[in-house]
Amino acid sequence: MQDMILIKTENLDKTYPVGMTQLKALDKITLSVCRGEFIGLVGPSGSGKTTLLNVIGSLDVPTSGSVEVLGKKIESLSHKDAAMLRNEHIGFIFQTFNLLPVYTVYENVEFPLLLLRMKAEQRKKMVLDALEWVGLADRADSRPSQLSGGQCQRVAIARAVVKKPEIILADEPTANLDAANSHHIMKTMIQLNTELKTTFVFATHDEKVISYLKRKIILVDGKIDKDELIAIK
Amino acid sequence: MLLIKLALRNIIGAGLKTWLNVAALSFAFITIIFLQGLYEGMNKQAEEAGISALYGGGQYWHVNYNPFDPLTLDKAHSVIPSEFQNLINENLITPILIRQATIYPQGRFRTILLKGILPEQKVISLPTSVLKFQQNHEAEYGAIPAVIGARMAESIGLTKGDELTVQWRDVHGTFDARDVKIVEIFKTNVQEVDNDQIWIPLNKLQQITAMQNEATIIILSKETQSLGDIAGWDFKNLDFLLQDLHKMVTAKRAGGSIMYLLLLFLAMLAIFDTQVLSIWRRKKEMGTLMALGMTRIKVIKLFTLEGALHGVLAGIVGAIYGIPLLSWFAREGFLLPQATDKFGYALGEKIFPAYTAALIIGTAILVLIVTTIVSYLPTRKIAKLKPTEALRGDKL
Repeated sequence: MQDMILIKTENLDKTYPVGMTQLKALDKITLSVCRGEFIGLVGPSGSGKTTLLNVIGSLDVPTSGSVEVLGKKIESLSHKDAAMLRNEHIGFIFQTFNLLPVYTVYENVEFPLLLLRMKAEQRKKMVLDALEWVGLADRADSRPSQLSGGQCQRVAIARAVVKKPEIILADEPTANLDAANSHHIMKTMIQLNTELKTTFVFATHDEKVISYLKRKIILVDGKIDKDELIAIK
Repeated sequence: MLLIKLALRNIIGAGLKTWLNVAALSFAFITIIFLQGLYEGMNKQAEEAGISALYGGGQYWHVNYNPFDPLTLDKAHSVIPSEFQNLINENLITPILIRQATIYPQGRFRTILLKGILPEQKVISLPTSVLKFQQNHEAEYGAIPAVIGARMAESIGLTKGDELTVQWRDVHGTFDARDVKIVEIFKTNVQEVDNDQIWIPLNKLQQITAMQNEATIIILSKETQSLGDIAGWDFKNLDFLLQDLHKMVTAKRAGGSIMYLLLLFLAMLAIFDTQVLSIWRRKKEMGTLMALGMTRIKVIKLFTLEGALHGVLAGIVGAIYGIPLLSWFAREGFLLPQATDKFGYALGEKIFPAYTAALIIGTAILVLIVTTIVSYLPTRKIAKLKPTEALRGDKL
C-alpha cells in the first residue's frame, strides 16, 4: 500500500502576503493520494483548491509542512528538479486551456515530448495516439484559435496525457465548457484513468465534475472539511 | 537545437509582428552596409585617384621640402641624384621642381606654385605631353606653355589659349617674370595637383630659375620600388602619403556613423519593444511552459533566442533584396551632386561603393550581438517570475 501512495502531504501550510497581513490559503493539510485515484478537491472559490494543486504540482512551495510527490519532497526541490518532475511525471490541465497560440494542435501536444527529447518517430506515434484518444486526430493541423472551447480542452488533455504521466492535475477543467462538452471531457478522463491507471486530481466546484469523482476532498478556508470515497455508479 | 526549433516556431507563428521587425532590422542592416560601403568606396576611389595623379608608387622628397610650409621651397631643391637617372630615362620615375610664384589675375595678386614636370612623363596621369609640342614651338608662341586644372582655371577665369604673367624668383633671389600660355586645362579629382598650381616643362622651370637639373620631389611609378636611402632625399611611402586622406575618410566616416547608429537604434527599439511586450503579454505562456517542465533558464534562453533570431532572419531577408541592390550600386555608382567637389578630397562624378567581406561580416556580427543584448535585457524579468504568478498573468 505504501508504495502505491503517489502524493502525501503532512501539516501543509501555505500563506500569502496580502497587503500588511498574511492570508492563510492552506491550513494543516494532511492527505495521501494513491496510484489510479480519481480525486477531486472540492470547495468554493478561495478555499485553497488551486493552491493545493499548485503545491502538489511543484509550481509552488509550501510555507511549512511537507509535500511528497512520487517520493520527492517538493519543498526541497531546486527549480531545475521541480521542472524535471513536472516534465517527466505530471500533466497539467488548466481552466483556460493554456494552449500555445502560435502552435498547431499537433505541435501543442508534441511540446512535452520535445522537452523529454524523444525521437521524432516515437513522438509522432505518441502524439497521434493522444489525439486519437481525445478524438481530435483530424484537427492536428488546426490552430487553437480555429477550435471550440471543448476542442481546446481536449487538446489540453491530449497534451497532459501524451507523455503518460503518473499524475494529472486539472484545475477547473470544465469551467469554461457547456454541459455536453463537460461530460465528454470527463468521460475521456475516466477512460484514461481506467485504461492507463493515471492518477487524476481535480480542483473543481462544478457539479458535473463532482458526479464523476471516486473520492471527494472538501476544502473550506484552506482546511480539509471532509474526505470521502464515493461509490462507483 | 530544441530551443532554436521552438524559437523559430514562435517567431514564424507570430506572423506580421515578426516580419515588421525583420523588415526594420534588415533595412538598418542594408543601410549600414551601404553607408559604410560608400565610405569604403570613397576611400578607395580617392586613394586610387591620388596614386594615379600625384603619389605614384611613393615619392622621394628633398630633405628640406615640407608641403605645408611654402617657405621651405626656397631651399628644397638640389641636383637630381645620379641613381635616379636611368629610371627617369625609362620613364619609371619623374622629377618635379616646385617654386613659389605670383600671378595677377584680374589685377589681383595671387601666390601659386609653379611646378616643372617632364612633358614626356607617364608616371602620373597629368596631360603633360601637350607641353612637349608647345615647348618646341615656344618661340613661335612667345610664351611658356602651361597646363592647369579646371578648378584653377575657373578660379582665375582663364580658358585654353589665354595668357597670364607669372613672376618668380630664381635661385639667387632675383625676380623675373614671363607670360605663360594655357595650352591645356585638365579635369581631375585630385585637388592637390589643381588648386593654385601651374605646370610647365621641367627644363623650362630649371632654366628660368637657374636650377639646372634640379628637382624638389621625385615621383616613382606604381611599379617602381624604393631605391633605398639616397643622401639628401627622404623616401615617403604610400602609407605616409595617404595618411591625411585616411584620416579625413575616418573623420567623415565617424560623422556618417551617427546616421547608422540612429538606424540601428530604431531597429533595436523595435526588437526591445517586441520583447518587452512579449514579457507582458506572454506571461501566461511562460507559466504554461514552466508547468510543462521547461526550466526558467530555458524560458529566458528561448525568449532571448526569439529576439536574436530576428537578427538572423533580417540577415537572410536583407541578403535577398540587399545583395542585388548593393551590387547594382557597386556597378552603377552613386551620382554625386556638383557641390561634393568641395568635399575635401578626390571624388569622381560618381562614387562606387565597395563592400569588403570584413564590412559585411562585421556588420552582421554587430547587428546580431546588439539584437541579442536588447532581446536579453527584458527577458531577465522572467528570472523573477514564479510559475503560479505567470499562470495567473500577474504583473512582474
